[in-house]
Amino acid sequence: MFETSIKLALTLSQIGAVMGVVLLTVAVLTLLERKVLSWMQDRMGPMEVGPYGVLQPVADGLKLFFKEDIIPAGANKIMFSLAPIIVLVPALIGFAVIPFGPNWTIDVLGVEFKPFVISDINIGVLYILAFASIGAYGVILGGWASNSKYSLLGGLRSAAQLISYELNVGLAIVGVLLLAGSLSLVEITEAQAGGFWNWFAFDPLPFPQFIAFVIFLIASVAETNRLPFDLPEAESELVAGFFTEYSGMRFAFFFMAEYANMILVSCMSTVLFFGGWHAPLPFLQAPGMFAWVTGIFWFTAKVYFFLFLFFWIRATLPRLRYDQLMRFGWKVLLPIALGNIVVTSLLAYIFPN
Amino acid sequence: MATFVFLYFAAVIVMAASLVVVLRNPIYSALSLLVMFFHVAGLYVTLHAEFLAAIQIIVYAGAILVLYLFVVMLLNVKREERFNQQGPVALFLGVVLLTEAALLAVSRGFTVATPDPGREGAAVGNTESIGEVLYSTYLFPFEIASLILLVAMIGAVILSKKGIMESK
Repeated sequence: MFETSIKLALTLSQIGAVMGVVLLTVAVLTLLERKVLSWMQDRMGPMEVGPYGVLQPVADGLKLFFKEDIIPAGANKIMFSLAPIIVLVPALIGFAVIPFGPNWTIDVLGVEFKPFVISDINIGVLYILAFASIGAYGVILGGWASNSKYSLLGGLRSAAQLISYELNVGLAIVGVLLLAGSLSLVEITEAQAGGFWNWFAFDPLPFPQFIAFVIFLIASVAETNRLPFDLPEAESELVAGFFTEYSGMRFAFFFMAEYANMILVSCMSTVLFFGGWHAPLPFLQAPGMFAWVTGIFWFTAKVYFFLFLFFWIRATLPRLRYDQLMRFGWKVLLPIALGNIVVTSLLAYIFPN
Repeated sequence: MATFVFLYFAAVIVMAASLVVVLRNPIYSALSLLVMFFHVAGLYVTLHAEFLAAIQIIVYAGAILVLYLFVVMLLNVKREERFNQQGPVALFLGVVLLTEAALLAVSRGFTVATPDPGREGAAVGNTESIGEVLYSTYLFPFEIASLILLVAMIGAVILSKKGIMESK
């Protein structure tokens, strides 16, 4: 009983810490995105609240918190309230299997405890994919329950888009799984130790997964509904799509889910293709006791690199048309992803490590 | 504890499954089906079949049910036009399934399935063991299943291309 309660306390504090960091990052990202976009467009961005506008997320949060919560006439009240929750929970729950530091097991009062991953389950990748696919329900239901044509169109577009691109995310990962020989994100990270030439995106033997990495990146941009794949919410044609009718905290939930998904996808790219917490060069990693300091540093640096990439893409590319989006997903990405699996498995069979 | 967890999952599965049939609004039916899929996945987790649980959610909840919802929303069927004439077929199938369940219960006795104790701390995860069994013992059924899927895929392509070919 004592051991169980210790374990519970440890796990709960770990979940609290990870959720705290993720939600804080979401707040930082809302500001960072506006700032980065502004700099790319030769503007200043938010400057009013606090020095250089750094308190803007606080102001935004307070504003959304005090806004009136409107449920449109004729809307399905239960589904309308449920949809933002169904979107946000899967986006946050995926972080449970992301390893953000060395794979250590420490002993706390007789209880084994892994400080740098909440739960090392042996199907980590599938766990994230499973919950990512649940997020689509929130989007469809939100669009349907709003009792608005624009919302319904946005929801349906998004359902088609999410199903199409989920497939590409899953297939792009298969090559990595073949090389790592495991579905556990901890073991996939361990398989990439030793320097950037061992990361799956660059590893020359048996086959570099760089193509798979590019497919994963494109498909995950589509999965998170970001430009140039933001058709479900296309501001200029659908008036924000499935969350047109949402206001106040419910709107904030959709907004937070989008950013949490971005962080989750960036974490996945880091773990699957860019070596997780491993340093790019062996001497950049602190030895022994202090490996976790550099580990967390490199993990964060890589995740922020990918998040910057998201903003960069948004500032650069125009939105695709709906038929182009579908054709690109099914006729371009899918064959390349399948070809990558065939080539990788053949070469992995011929040159086993 | 295991019995308690099983009873919870079983009760919710039965309730959600009956709600799928009973509820008037097809969207609510689809959502109770979603709840049911999740609890079936939970049942797999208690039996240490995590791989099956994840696949259950990815395939059924993530892909098939979303397509159902998609179709239901696009059609937006009026209450009178809904198809409700499947009573005799349902009765027949229900009797068959109930007999089957009763026979199984009588021959096996009412016991709760427990995970294989040797599997729990095994170094080989259940993903590996499923792969090994699937590509050796059950290779033939696996190939048959892939053939059926191929036929279905070709059928779907032909059906969707039908209009285009005729108009030319």
